[in-house]
Amino acid sequence: MSKVPADLKYTKTHEWLRTLPDGSIEIGITDHAQHALGDLVFVEVPEAGRALKAGEPCAVVESVKAASDVYAPVTGEVLAGNPKLASEPETINTDSYGEGWLMRVRPTAGGPKTELLSPAEYTKLQQEEGD
Amino acid sequence: MGRQTPLFQLHRELGARIVDFGGWDMPVQYSSQIGEHHAVRRAAGVFDVSHMCVIDLKGARVRPFLRTLLANDVDKLVRPGKALYSCMLNESGGVLDDLIVYFLSDSGFRVVVNAGTRDKDLAWIRRHAREFDVGVLERTELAMLAIQGPEGRAKTAKLLSRVGAATALELDTFVGREIDGWFVARTGYTGEDGFEVMLPASDAERVWRELNSLGVASCGLGARDTLRLEAGMNLYGNDMTETTHPFESGLSWTVAMDPSERRFIGREALEAVKAQGSPRKLVGLLLEERGVLRGHQRVVVPGLGEGVTTSGTFSPTLERSIAFARVPAATGQQVQVDIRGKLLNARVVKPPFVRFGQAVAPLLQ
Repeated sequence: MSKVPADLKYTKTHEWLRTLPDGSIEIGITDHAQHALGDLVFVEVPEAGRALKAGEPCAVVESVKAASDVYAPVTGEVLAGNPKLASEPETINTDSYGEGWLMRVRPTAGGPKTELLSPAEYTKLQQEEGD
Repeated sequence: MGRQTPLFQLHRELGARIVDFGGWDMPVQYSSQIGEHHAVRRAAGVFDVSHMCVIDLKGARVRPFLRTLLANDVDKLVRPGKALYSCMLNESGGVLDDLIVYFLSDSGFRVVVNAGTRDKDLAWIRRHAREFDVGVLERTELAMLAIQGPEGRAKTAKLLSRVGAATALELDTFVGREIDGWFVARTGYTGEDGFEVMLPASDAERVWRELNSLGVASCGLGARDTLRLEAGMNLYGNDMTETTHPFESGLSWTVAMDPSERRFIGREALEAVKAQGSPRKLVGLLLEERGVLRGHQRVVVPGLGEGVTTSGTFSPTLERSIAFARVPAATGQQVQVDIRGKLLNARVVKPPFVRFGQAVAPLLQ
């Protein structure tokens, strides 16, 4: 069973969101997602300053097997992409909720969001997808 | 639910992720695909290849039959047990399948064909076998394991009798024979030394567990694909199909145009291609930038037009991305590949990329 930390929000497309003390949001892919993808070998994250629109692709994660888009859960501006992932994409496999974060974003106040799931709702979604 | 091999329950027990492959439920990986890949390059791994189809051909005229059926010439096989890689073509010169044929005796040959083409191949072989009065027997009661890697042969030999082990370890490359009730062949699809073993399905699970206990890693189809691509070996359905001929698939070396009087199926079409020169060729690509090449990506060849990748992956050994691509015949050393709208530079290289655990020399420049 994949890990689903209780202090995060989730999306139906397997991203997680962590609200940081300054109100910015850290985004990554879930343990379930990294497990389904297998060994990650290439990650492309957006550069600081890029404008994101909720629901649009904002990063690419590629494993040996397949390439997968990551979708922006919120509208906002990228503050940083995780620089470590260019040389160590496997960090997502080993620590998807910590060192393997993808980007930090400043959400537009009152801007659109994709539907966010609670840990319990995301756990249920995983089970439905056969985790 | 697809077809299952005799090892399906064991794969589940070992925690494999199961995927559909040509209508079969097969393990794609057990733990880490890259870990399984390295196990084969550095030590030994075992693959379940029981989904492949073993067909025995029997009859006094089996040799002339195969000289008609196959693009390679079984008359190259003079010593019993010797194997040959060949394409089976349609009348247009398109590849129906690639296969391995073993010469067992003057009246008996064995062929091993791909899983996804099993039914089509059997129908084609049966149709053409009739006029040669050759019997076609599908050996569904056999399982097949591939034990590959530098330690693969020695570990496998530990499961055989003393005499059997000695016999197995003396087999030359691309030779197989009956040993202790198994058919043991020094063949594979990884670019490493090793065996492919055909054995009674009822033995398969015990043998797999014993190999595991000897340190042979369970390996799935994911690692099998990265290993074969590094080894420069084509995958049927990706790198060649019924609508591509061997000369544009990197398989000219498998077509025996001599002697000219041998009228194999597809020969006339290939002669026409040869007279004009094939407009396309299959090459290896090494990505010079960060990213991952996959099949079906557009290849831009400066001044000559476009091509397409047929297979691509991240190479765990080279830690870079590699691919096969079908490109204009005059393509030189540099191309670009369209990955999600960005053109990335790739170098054209001659496969294999990796052999016996090492990067092939020109790649190191």
